[in-house]
Amino acid sequence: MAEEVKVFGAWGSPFSRRVELALKIKGVKYEYIEEDVYGNKSPLLLKYNPVHKKIPVFLHNGKPIAESLVIVEYIEETWKGNPILPEDPYEKAMARFWAKFVDEKCLPALWTAGFSPENERAKAAEEACECLKTLESALNGKRFFGGDTVGLVDIAANFIGYWLRLIQEATGHDLLSAEKFPALFKWSDEFVSCSVVKDSLPPRDKLLAFFKARFAGAAQTNASN
Amino acid sequence: MAAEEVKLLKTWSSRFGLRVVWALKLKGIQYDAIDEDLSNKSALLLQYNPVYKKVPVLVHNGKPISESLVILEYIDETWKQNPILPEDPLEKARERFWAKFNDEKLLPSIWGAFTKEGKEREEAIAAAVENLKFVEEELKGKKFFGGEKIGLADLAFGWLAYLICVFDEVTGFKIVDERYPLLLAWMQEFSQLPIAKDNCPPHDKLVIKYQALYEKLHPAK
Repeated sequence: MAEEVKVFGAWGSPFSRRVELALKIKGVKYEYIEEDVYGNKSPLLLKYNPVHKKIPVFLHNGKPIAESLVIVEYIEETWKGNPILPEDPYEKAMARFWAKFVDEKCLPALWTAGFSPENERAKAAEEACECLKTLESALNGKRFFGGDTVGLVDIAANFIGYWLRLIQEATGHDLLSAEKFPALFKWSDEFVSCSVVKDSLPPRDKLLAFFKARFAGAAQTNASN
Repeated sequence: MAAEEVKLLKTWSSRFGLRVVWALKLKGIQYDAIDEDLSNKSALLLQYNPVYKKVPVLVHNGKPISESLVILEYIDETWKQNPILPEDPLEKARERFWAKFNDEKLLPSIWGAFTKEGKEREEAIAAAVENLKFVEEELKGKKFFGGEKIGLADLAFGWLAYLICVFDEVTGFKIVDERYPLLLAWMQEFSQLPIAKDNCPPHDKLVIKYQALYEKLHPAK
Protein backbone atom coordinates (compact mmCIF):
# COMPACT_ATOMS: atom_id res chain seq x y z
CA MET A 1 0.00 0.00 0.00
CA ALA A 2 1.41 3.39 -0.92
CA GLU A 3 2.25 5.32 2.20
CA GLU A 4 2.19 9.06 2.09
CA VAL A 5 4.73 10.57 4.46
CA LYS A 6 5.51 14.29 4.43
CA VAL A 7 7.57 16.57 6.63
CA PHE A 8 7.05 20.33 6.72
CA GLY A 9 10.26 21.83 8.07
CA ALA A 10 12.86 24.55 7.88
CA TRP A 11 16.40 23.81 6.65
CA GLY A 12 18.11 25.19 9.76
CA SER A 13 15.63 24.00 12.39
CA PRO A 14 16.88 21.34 14.83
CA PHE A 15 13.23 20.50 15.52
CA SER A 16 12.29 19.47 11.98
CA ARG A 17 15.71 17.78 11.61
CA ARG A 18 14.79 15.58 14.62
CA VAL A 19 11.83 14.25 12.67
CA GLU A 20 13.94 13.68 9.55
CA LEU A 21 16.57 11.87 11.62
CA ALA A 22 13.97 9.54 13.13
CA LEU A 23 12.63 8.73 9.65
CA LYS A 24 16.15 8.08 8.34
CA ILE A 25 16.91 5.75 11.26
CA LYS A 26 13.77 3.80 10.39
CA GLY A 27 14.47 3.87 6.66
CA VAL A 28 11.13 5.54 5.90
CA LYS A 29 10.83 7.42 2.60
CA TYR A 30 9.26 10.86 2.89
CA GLU A 31 8.60 14.03 0.99
CA TYR A 32 10.14 17.17 2.47
CA ILE A 33 8.50 20.57 2.15
CA GLU A 34 10.55 23.63 3.08
CA GLU A 35 8.59 26.33 4.89
CA ASP A 36 9.53 29.99 4.91
CA VAL A 37 9.19 30.42 8.65
CA TYR A 38 10.57 33.94 8.87
CA GLY A 39 8.63 35.23 5.90
CA ASN A 40 5.45 33.57 4.78
CA LYS A 41 3.98 30.52 6.42
CA SER A 42 2.06 28.47 3.87
CA PRO A 43 -1.72 28.00 4.10
CA LEU A 44 -1.08 24.26 4.39
CA LEU A 45 1.10 24.74 7.48
CA LEU A 46 -1.54 26.94 9.10
CA LYS A 47 -4.20 24.35 8.23
CA TYR A 48 -2.21 21.41 9.61
CA ASN A 49 -0.96 23.16 12.75
CA PRO A 50 -3.53 25.81 13.63
CA VAL A 51 -2.66 25.69 17.34
CA HIS A 52 1.07 26.50 17.18
CA LYS A 53 1.46 27.51 13.49
CA LYS A 54 4.99 26.06 13.59
CA ILE A 55 7.18 23.50 11.94
CA PRO A 56 7.75 20.64 12.06
CA VAL A 57 4.45 19.19 10.93
CA PHE A 58 4.33 15.52 10.07
CA LEU A 59 1.75 14.15 7.68
CA HIS A 60 1.03 10.42 7.49
CA ASN A 61 -1.58 9.43 4.94
CA GLY A 62 -3.14 12.86 5.26
CA LYS A 63 -3.22 12.97 9.08
CA PRO A 64 -1.14 15.78 10.62
CA ILE A 65 0.89 15.65 13.84
CA ALA A 66 2.77 18.57 15.41
CA GLU A 67 5.46 18.93 18.13
CA SER A 68 8.75 17.26 17.24
CA LEU A 69 9.05 14.82 20.15
CA VAL A 70 5.38 13.80 19.82
CA ILE A 71 6.10 13.14 16.13
CA VAL A 72 9.26 11.15 16.94
CA GLU A 73 7.32 8.93 19.37
CA TYR A 74 4.65 8.44 16.69
CA ILE A 75 7.34 7.39 14.20
CA GLU A 76 8.76 4.96 16.78
CA GLU A 77 5.35 3.35 17.31
CA THR A 78 4.41 3.19 13.65
CA TRP A 79 7.62 1.80 12.12
CA LYS A 80 9.03 -0.92 14.36
CA GLY A 81 12.56 -1.47 12.94
CA ASN A 82 15.65 0.12 14.55
CA PRO A 83 13.94 1.13 17.80
CA ILE A 84 14.67 4.58 19.25
CA LEU A 85 13.27 3.75 22.70
CA PRO A 86 14.09 0.85 25.01
CA GLU A 87 11.51 -1.89 25.70
CA ASP A 88 11.72 -1.68 29.46
CA PRO A 89 9.16 0.81 30.86
CA TYR A 90 11.63 2.25 33.41
CA GLU A 91 14.39 2.77 30.83
CA LYS A 92 11.78 4.27 28.51
CA ALA A 93 10.72 6.67 31.27
CA MET A 94 14.34 7.69 31.80
CA ALA A 95 14.73 8.40 28.07
CA ARG A 96 11.57 10.53 28.06
CA PHE A 97 12.72 12.36 31.19
CA TRP A 98 16.05 13.31 29.62
CA ALA A 99 14.51 14.25 26.27
CA LYS A 100 12.16 16.60 28.17
CA PHE A 101 15.10 17.99 30.15
CA VAL A 102 16.92 18.81 26.92
CA ASP A 103 13.87 20.54 25.47
CA GLU A 104 12.68 22.45 28.52
CA LYS A 105 15.93 23.33 30.27
CA CYS A 106 19.02 22.87 28.08
CA LEU A 107 17.87 24.41 24.84
CA PRO A 108 16.43 27.64 26.25
CA ALA A 109 19.46 28.08 28.54
CA LEU A 110 21.93 27.48 25.71
CA TRP A 111 20.13 29.81 23.30
CA THR A 112 20.00 32.59 25.92
CA ALA A 113 23.68 32.09 26.75
CA GLY A 114 24.60 32.25 23.08
CA PHE A 115 22.85 35.49 22.26
CA SER A 116 22.36 37.39 25.48
CA PRO A 117 23.83 40.88 25.95
CA GLU A 118 27.31 41.23 27.46
CA ASN A 119 26.13 42.15 30.94
CA GLU A 120 23.86 39.09 31.19
CA ARG A 121 26.25 36.64 29.57
CA ALA A 122 28.09 35.36 32.64
CA LYS A 123 24.90 34.42 34.47
CA ALA A 124 23.33 32.86 31.36
CA ALA A 125 26.52 30.88 30.68
CA GLU A 126 26.56 29.60 34.25
CA GLU A 127 22.99 28.33 33.93
CA ALA A 128 23.74 26.76 30.56
CA CYS A 129 26.80 25.00 31.97
CA GLU A 130 24.76 23.62 34.86
CA CYS A 131 22.41 22.09 32.28
CA LEU A 132 25.28 20.61 30.30
CA LYS A 133 26.82 19.16 33.46
CA THR A 134 23.52 17.52 34.40
CA LEU A 135 23.00 16.19 30.89
CA GLU A 136 26.52 14.79 30.80
CA SER A 137 25.72 12.73 33.90
CA ALA A 138 22.97 10.99 31.93
CA LEU A 139 25.55 9.65 29.45
CA ASN A 140 27.08 7.54 32.21
CA GLY A 141 29.93 6.06 30.17
CA LYS A 142 27.77 5.22 27.16
CA ARG A 143 28.62 6.02 23.58
CA PHE A 144 25.18 7.49 22.94
CA PHE A 145 22.36 8.37 25.35
CA GLY A 146 20.53 5.48 23.69
CA GLY A 147 23.41 3.09 24.41
CA ASP A 148 25.16 1.64 21.36
CA THR A 149 22.83 3.32 18.92
CA VAL A 150 21.21 6.73 18.60
CA GLY A 151 17.99 6.96 20.62
CA LEU A 152 15.31 9.45 21.64
CA VAL A 153 17.58 11.53 23.86
CA ASP A 154 20.31 11.73 21.22
CA ILE A 155 17.70 12.89 18.71
CA ALA A 156 16.33 15.45 21.17
CA ALA A 157 19.86 16.69 21.89
CA ASN A 158 20.74 17.19 18.20
CA PHE A 159 21.00 20.92 18.84
CA ILE A 160 23.75 20.29 21.38
CA GLY A 161 25.54 17.84 19.10
CA TYR A 162 25.73 20.11 16.07
CA TRP A 163 24.04 23.50 16.23
CA LEU A 164 25.70 24.51 19.51
CA ARG A 165 29.20 23.90 18.16
CA LEU A 166 28.46 26.23 15.25
CA ILE A 167 26.96 28.88 17.53
CA GLN A 168 30.15 28.71 19.58
CA GLU A 169 32.23 29.20 16.44
CA ALA A 170 30.07 32.15 15.36
CA THR A 171 30.01 33.91 18.73
CA GLY A 172 33.43 32.97 20.07
CA HIS A 173 31.81 31.90 23.35
CA ASP A 174 32.49 28.32 24.34
CA LEU A 175 30.00 26.56 26.53
CA LEU A 176 30.55 22.95 25.47
CA SER A 177 34.30 22.29 25.51
CA ALA A 178 36.35 19.13 25.74
CA GLU A 179 37.96 20.45 28.93
CA LYS A 180 34.74 21.25 30.78
CA PHE A 181 32.54 18.39 29.52
CA PRO A 182 34.77 15.64 28.08
CA ALA A 183 32.08 12.96 27.85
CA LEU A 184 29.47 15.24 26.32
CA PHE A 185 31.99 16.73 23.90
CA LYS A 186 33.00 13.24 22.79
CA TRP A 187 29.33 12.37 22.40
CA SER A 188 28.80 15.35 20.09
CA ASP A 189 31.64 14.13 17.86
CA GLU A 190 30.22 10.60 17.82
CA PHE A 191 26.76 11.97 17.10
CA VAL A 192 27.68 14.06 14.06
CA SER A 193 29.93 11.35 12.59
CA CYS A 194 27.20 8.76 12.77
CA SER A 195 26.26 8.11 9.12
CA VAL A 196 22.49 8.35 9.55
CA VAL A 197 22.89 11.61 11.47
CA LYS A 198 25.42 13.12 9.04
CA ASP A 199 22.89 12.84 6.21
CA SER A 200 20.24 14.68 8.18
CA LEU A 201 22.17 17.78 9.24
CA PRO A 202 21.91 21.23 7.65
CA PRO A 203 24.94 22.35 5.60
CA ARG A 204 27.71 23.60 7.87
CA ASP A 205 28.69 26.78 6.03
CA LYS A 206 25.12 27.91 5.52
CA LEU A 207 24.26 27.40 9.19
CA LEU A 208 27.47 29.06 10.40
CA ALA A 209 26.75 32.10 8.21
CA PHE A 210 23.23 32.22 9.63
CA PHE A 211 24.52 32.25 13.22
CA LYS A 212 27.18 34.85 12.45
CA ALA A 213 24.50 37.14 11.03
CA ARG A 214 22.23 36.44 13.98
CA PHE A 215 24.98 37.18 16.46
CA ALA A 216 25.87 40.42 14.71
CA GLY A 217 22.19 41.37 14.70
CA ALA A 218 21.83 40.56 18.41
CA ALA A 219 24.97 42.53 19.24
CA GLN A 220 23.57 45.54 17.40
CA THR A 221 20.25 45.30 19.23
CA ASN A 222 21.99 44.88 22.57
CA ALA A 223 24.34 47.79 21.89
CA SER A 224 21.46 50.13 21.15
CA ASN A 225 19.50 49.14 24.30
CA MET B 1 3.03 -12.45 43.54
CA ALA B 2 6.02 -10.36 44.58
CA ALA B 3 5.16 -7.46 46.87
CA GLU B 4 5.12 -4.26 44.86
CA GLU B 5 6.36 -1.12 46.51
CA VAL B 6 4.84 2.06 45.12
CA LYS B 7 5.48 5.41 46.76
CA LEU B 8 4.38 8.83 45.62
CA LEU B 9 6.10 11.98 46.83
CA LYS B 10 3.76 14.96 46.42
CA THR B 11 2.18 17.81 48.35
CA TRP B 12 -1.43 18.12 49.54
CA SER B 13 -2.14 20.73 46.85
CA SER B 14 0.21 19.89 43.96
CA ARG B 15 -1.80 19.79 40.75
CA PHE B 16 0.90 17.71 39.11
CA GLY B 17 0.98 15.24 41.98
CA LEU B 18 -2.78 14.96 41.81
CA ARG B 19 -2.63 13.71 38.22
CA VAL B 20 -0.53 10.81 39.39
CA VAL B 21 -2.95 10.10 42.26
CA TRP B 22 -5.84 9.99 39.77
CA ALA B 23 -3.93 7.58 37.50
CA LEU B 24 -3.02 5.29 40.39
CA LYS B 25 -6.62 5.31 41.67
CA LEU B 26 -7.97 4.69 38.16
CA LYS B 27 -5.83 1.56 37.92
CA GLY B 28 -6.48 0.48 41.49
CA ILE B 29 -2.80 0.59 42.47
CA GLN B 30 -1.93 0.61 46.16
CA TYR B 31 0.67 3.19 47.07
CA ASP B 32 2.22 5.10 49.97
CA ALA B 33 1.66 8.84 49.76
CA ILE B 34 4.42 11.01 51.18
CA ASP B 35 3.41 14.66 51.48
CA GLU B 36 6.39 16.98 51.24
CA ASP B 37 6.89 20.39 52.75
CA LEU B 38 8.45 22.24 49.83
CA SER B 39 9.88 24.93 52.12
CA ASN B 40 11.84 22.15 53.80
CA LYS B 41 12.50 19.49 51.19
CA SER B 42 13.23 16.03 52.55
CA ALA B 43 16.51 14.23 51.94
CA LEU B 44 14.44 11.57 50.19
CA LEU B 45 13.05 14.05 47.65
CA LEU B 46 16.49 15.49 46.94
CA GLN B 47 17.85 11.99 46.50
CA TYR B 48 15.02 10.85 44.22
CA ASN B 49 14.80 14.00 42.09
CA PRO B 50 18.22 15.66 42.13
CA VAL B 51 17.66 17.33 38.75
CA TYR B 52 14.50 19.32 39.55
CA LYS B 53 14.08 18.77 43.31
CA LYS B 54 10.32 18.84 42.74
CA VAL B 55 7.21 16.76 43.29
CA PRO B 56 5.70 14.52 42.12
CA VAL B 57 8.14 11.62 42.21
CA LEU B 58 6.90 8.07 41.77
CA VAL B 59 9.10 5.40 43.31
CA HIS B 60 8.42 1.87 42.04
CA ASN B 61 10.33 -0.88 43.81
CA GLY B 62 12.97 1.64 44.77
CA LYS B 63 13.34 3.23 41.31
CA PRO B 64 12.34 6.91 41.10
CA ILE B 65 10.64 8.65 38.17
CA SER B 66 10.00 12.40 37.93
CA GLU B 67 7.95 14.68 35.66
CA SER B 68 4.24 13.97 35.90
CA LEU B 69 3.58 13.20 32.21
CA VAL B 70 6.56 10.82 32.14
CA ILE B 71 5.20 9.18 35.30
CA LEU B 72 1.72 8.81 33.78
CA GLU B 73 3.10 7.05 30.69
CA TYR B 74 5.18 4.77 32.92
CA ILE B 75 2.13 3.88 35.00
CA ASP B 76 0.17 3.12 31.82
CA GLU B 77 2.90 0.83 30.48
CA THR B 78 3.42 -0.96 33.76
CA TRP B 79 -0.18 -1.55 34.85
CA LYS B 80 -2.35 -2.44 31.87
CA GLN B 81 -5.86 -2.20 33.34
CA ASN B 82 -7.97 0.91 32.57
CA PRO B 83 -5.57 2.32 29.97
CA ILE B 84 -4.83 6.04 29.91
CA LEU B 85 -3.49 5.98 26.35
CA PRO B 86 -5.20 4.41 23.33
CA GLU B 87 -3.58 1.68 21.21
CA ASP B 88 -3.66 3.63 17.96
CA PRO B 89 -0.43 5.66 17.46
CA LEU B 90 -2.26 8.65 15.94
CA GLU B 91 -4.73 8.85 18.83
CA LYS B 92 -1.83 8.45 21.23
CA ALA B 93 -0.05 11.35 19.52
CA ARG B 94 -3.18 13.48 19.87
CA GLU B 95 -3.39 12.79 23.63
CA ARG B 96 0.30 13.66 24.06
CA PHE B 97 -0.08 16.84 22.00
CA TRP B 98 -2.92 18.13 24.17
CA ALA B 99 -1.31 17.11 27.46
CA LYS B 100 1.73 19.10 26.34
CA PHE B 101 -0.48 22.01 25.30
CA ASN B 102 -1.92 22.20 28.80
CA ASP B 103 1.48 22.10 30.47
CA GLU B 104 3.30 24.46 28.10
CA LYS B 105 0.56 26.89 27.05
CA LEU B 106 -2.78 26.80 28.86
CA LEU B 107 -1.68 26.33 32.45
CA PRO B 108 1.14 28.93 32.29
CA SER B 109 -1.20 31.50 30.70
CA ILE B 110 -3.89 31.07 33.36
CA TRP B 111 -1.23 31.04 36.08
CA GLY B 112 0.17 34.24 34.57
CA ALA B 113 -3.28 35.83 34.74
CA PHE B 114 -3.36 34.96 38.45
CA THR B 115 0.17 35.96 39.41
CA LYS B 116 1.11 38.90 37.19
CA GLU B 117 0.20 42.56 37.16
CA GLY B 118 -0.38 45.32 34.65
CA LYS B 119 0.68 44.73 31.03
CA GLU B 120 2.04 41.24 31.76
CA ARG B 121 -1.32 40.26 33.20
CA GLU B 122 -3.17 41.61 30.18
CA GLU B 123 -0.90 39.59 27.90
CA ALA B 124 -1.42 36.45 29.99
CA ILE B 125 -5.18 36.87 29.84
CA ALA B 126 -5.08 37.38 26.07
CA ALA B 127 -2.97 34.22 25.71
CA ALA B 128 -5.35 32.28 27.98
CA VAL B 129 -8.34 33.35 25.88
CA GLU B 130 -6.58 32.12 22.70
CA ASN B 131 -5.56 28.87 24.38
CA LEU B 132 -9.03 28.23 25.81
CA LYS B 133 -10.50 28.67 22.32
CA PHE B 134 -8.33 25.83 21.02
CA VAL B 135 -9.25 23.61 23.95
CA GLU B 136 -12.96 24.31 23.42
CA GLU B 137 -12.57 23.39 19.73
CA GLU B 138 -10.87 20.11 20.62
CA LEU B 139 -13.83 19.08 22.80
CA LYS B 140 -16.35 19.29 19.92
CA GLY B 141 -18.36 16.09 19.73
CA LYS B 142 -16.59 14.54 22.71
CA LYS B 143 -17.46 13.91 26.33
CA PHE B 144 -13.82 13.79 27.38
CA PHE B 145 -10.58 14.66 25.55
CA GLY B 146 -10.08 10.89 25.39
CA GLY B 147 -13.55 10.34 23.88
CA GLU B 148 -15.98 8.26 25.93
CA LYS B 149 -13.41 7.62 28.66
CA ILE B 150 -10.74 9.83 30.19
CA GLY B 151 -7.16 9.63 29.00
CA LEU B 152 -3.80 11.33 29.38
CA ALA B 153 -5.06 14.71 28.16
CA ASP B 154 -8.00 14.68 30.62
CA LEU B 155 -5.61 13.98 33.48
CA ALA B 156 -3.42 16.86 32.30
CA PHE B 157 -6.37 19.29 32.05
CA GLY B 158 -7.95 17.90 35.23
CA TRP B 159 -6.64 20.72 37.43
CA LEU B 160 -9.16 23.04 35.74
CA ALA B 161 -12.02 21.06 37.22
CA TYR B 162 -11.21 21.95 40.82
CA LEU B 163 -8.78 24.88 40.75
CA ILE B 164 -10.40 27.36 38.34
CA CYS B 165 -13.27 28.00 40.73
CA VAL B 166 -10.70 28.74 43.44
CA PHE B 167 -8.97 31.29 41.22
CA ASP B 168 -12.37 32.80 40.31
CA GLU B 169 -13.23 33.21 43.97
CA VAL B 170 -9.87 34.69 44.95
CA THR B 171 -9.46 37.10 42.04
CA GLY B 172 -13.12 37.94 41.45
CA PHE B 173 -12.40 37.40 37.76
CA LYS B 174 -13.87 34.50 35.80
CA ILE B 175 -11.45 33.24 33.19
CA VAL B 176 -13.34 30.14 32.01
CA ASP B 177 -16.67 31.78 31.31
CA GLU B 178 -19.75 31.13 29.14
CA ARG B 179 -17.63 31.52 26.00
CA TYR B 180 -16.48 27.97 26.67
CA PRO B 181 -19.61 25.85 27.22
CA LEU B 182 -17.96 22.56 26.20
CA LEU B 183 -15.07 23.12 28.58
CA LEU B 184 -17.43 24.03 31.42
CA ALA B 185 -19.41 20.83 30.71
CA TRP B 186 -16.19 18.81 30.66
CA MET B 187 -15.15 20.34 34.01
CA GLN B 188 -18.48 19.19 35.46
CA GLU B 189 -18.12 15.67 34.04
CA PHE B 190 -14.55 15.36 35.22
CA SER B 191 -15.27 16.54 38.74
CA GLN B 192 -18.06 13.95 39.02
CA LEU B 193 -15.73 11.05 38.25
CA PRO B 194 -15.09 8.86 41.32
CA ILE B 195 -11.32 9.41 41.06
CA ALA B 196 -11.80 13.19 41.10
CA LYS B 197 -14.63 13.38 43.64
CA ASP B 198 -12.76 11.35 46.23
CA ASN B 199 -9.32 12.75 45.58
CA CYS B 200 -9.36 16.51 45.26
CA PRO B 201 -7.82 18.83 47.81
CA PRO B 202 -10.45 20.51 50.02
CA HIS B 203 -11.86 23.63 48.33
CA ASP B 204 -11.76 25.80 51.46
CA LYS B 205 -8.16 24.93 52.20
CA LEU B 206 -7.24 25.79 48.59
CA VAL B 207 -9.02 29.15 48.82
CA ILE B 208 -7.04 30.02 51.95
CA LYS B 209 -3.79 29.02 50.30
CA TYR B 210 -4.36 30.90 47.05
CA GLN B 211 -5.88 33.91 48.77
CA ALA B 212 -2.69 34.26 50.81
CA LEU B 213 -0.54 33.86 47.71
CA TYR B 214 -2.62 36.38 45.76
CA GLU B 215 -2.34 38.98 48.52
CA LYS B 216 1.40 38.44 48.69
CA LEU B 217 1.77 38.91 44.91
CA HIS B 218 -0.62 41.85 44.65
CA PRO B 219 -0.15 43.91 47.84
CA ALA B 220 -2.87 46.49 48.32
CA LYS B 221 -1.46 49.87 47.43
